[in-house]
Amino acid sequence: MNSRASIWVETRHNPALLVLWLLAAALIAYVFVTGGYLIAVLHFAAIYVIFVTGLNIFMGYAGQVSFGHNAFAAISGYTSAVLTANHGWEPLPAAALGLSGALACALIVGYPTLRLRGHYLAMATLAIGLIVYEVAVQWGSVTQGYMGISGIPPLGIGQWTVTSDRALLVLLILSAALAVLAAAGIRRSRLGRAFVAIAGSEDAARALGIDVAHYKLIAFLISAFYAGVAGSLFVHAVGFVSPEVYGLHMVVLAFTMLYVGGIGTVAGSALGALVIALLPETIRTLSDYQDLAYGAVLIVILIYAPGGLASLSQFWSPKRRTEGA
Amino acid sequence: MSLLRLDSVSRRFGGLTAVDAVSFDVPAKGVTAIIGPNGAGKTTLFNVISGFIAPSAGRVMFAGQHITGLPPEAIAKRGLVRTFQLAQLFESLTVLENVKVGRHLHTTGGLLAALMPFRASHSEAVVGETSRALLRHVGLASQADTLAGVLPYGQKRLLEIARALAVEPKLLLLDEPAAGLNRDETTRLASLLCQIAGSGVAVLLIEHDMSLVMTVADRIAVLDFGKLIAQGTPSDVQQNPDVIAAYLGTAVAAHA
Repeated sequence: MNSRASIWVETRHNPALLVLWLLAAALIAYVFVTGGYLIAVLHFAAIYVIFVTGLNIFMGYAGQVSFGHNAFAAISGYTSAVLTANHGWEPLPAAALGLSGALACALIVGYPTLRLRGHYLAMATLAIGLIVYEVAVQWGSVTQGYMGISGIPPLGIGQWTVTSDRALLVLLILSAALAVLAAAGIRRSRLGRAFVAIAGSEDAARALGIDVAHYKLIAFLISAFYAGVAGSLFVHAVGFVSPEVYGLHMVVLAFTMLYVGGIGTVAGSALGALVIALLPETIRTLSDYQDLAYGAVLIVILIYAPGGLASLSQFWSPKRRTEGA
Repeated sequence: MSLLRLDSVSRRFGGLTAVDAVSFDVPAKGVTAIIGPNGAGKTTLFNVISGFIAPSAGRVMFAGQHITGLPPEAIAKRGLVRTFQLAQLFESLTVLENVKVGRHLHTTGGLLAALMPFRASHSEAVVGETSRALLRHVGLASQADTLAGVLPYGQKRLLEIARALAVEPKLLLLDEPAAGLNRDETTRLASLLCQIAGSGVAVLLIEHDMSLVMTVADRIAVLDFGKLIAQGTPSDVQQNPDVIAAYLGTAVAAHA
């Protein structure tokens, strides 16, 4: 009830958001029917919906900054890849171990740094992202360096495996939907209110009895969990992993999705991920000018909808303009 | 029996002694006001009491227990809740949600409750009802679903008070609640403060608006250059020569 309410509240006053949701649904249905290359693009988009939705809990709700969530995706993804491809593990226990590793790493990084104010955490996360990348490159005996690991089996339990592209699309869309609903539920709960309160004013939150360091750590762990899930899903969806998959590029892409969609809103981060994942495909016909067009579209979105796509309702109802800020 | 007791509390910033060996008691009932010229150390004293900065020396006792050096959230848990000189609302939350955050200490539920909304919906409903009642109390019920960031300034101050009351404090610390309010709003604030005190919550406020202070305060403490120079009833304080000197200058200077 709560999570549905949260998405509904965002959408109710926001015809633009409703249109975007409907477009997204129509697109998924279309791609599901016609198939082809776009299915792979949607796989990628769904995985990024999970990653960005998690990042939004930490950056959008709790108002913190992390440049290193790619590290948690990498830890979980590589654990999945190594254990299933090289050691014959089942995907689920491998992913469970990978997620535990990502959470343990998040706890080790987050516990000391989240007690400090300012940019210590941002710097620490940047460092952990780079360290994990270097480990993936250098620890050749396990990760096979730049070569990467191939032959990663598809997701599945025992004999039931998700082999077709369409079945995988359904699985990934369902996972993404679950991730978004959970994030919406968090936003409407006591926990989520504490996160948003911390983003609003740490002093006021403390004066009301909220243990700020504790709640920042919880937000960090939740978002690291999302990142880990995205990382493990990725290796099974693609069947291959290399350090570049979780490089700094992942962070840049996720930030773009977060800000284009509308940081802080449940729908925005999900829609931002979809739009940015699809954007290069829609402007591919421009061939040489593709990157130029990509950049131009991003700039246009950020100029005319600085609150992201989720703030587009301003065009319909000027009364709420200030509220979007 | 005093609710809050300051025992020669000092706070130094480098060479500046912002609060200088201040001792006073705040009783468990009524409104106590701290007044003093700008820079007298009032807000620093508030920050020390509420745990935002540690005292350099001295002890703070609340409800018979040591709270010196405790972090703000631990002090809030014991029933001492403050507001800020510049209203610090959670601007991207609605008015109602702001008050709900104030219920934090009186509710439970972490990640599990967030992910199982059906089980949590009852306690959510209770929190919602309590919070709406508080909004009615301060006259903001019609704004419940507005984002706090777009409220006019006077209403922001009222919301901050409602949010602090949601914590069910024993002692409410208000840092210049009337700053920026017009005459009408100040009058309503005065009656709200009297209601709060009447409901058994002790109030300690810093305020520059003397007519408000003289209307609502049962006791006044006067700070000047970090030192407590007088305390007593409003009429005592008004006639105290040290207080007059602090506000108007010394007799010599005044005649010059």
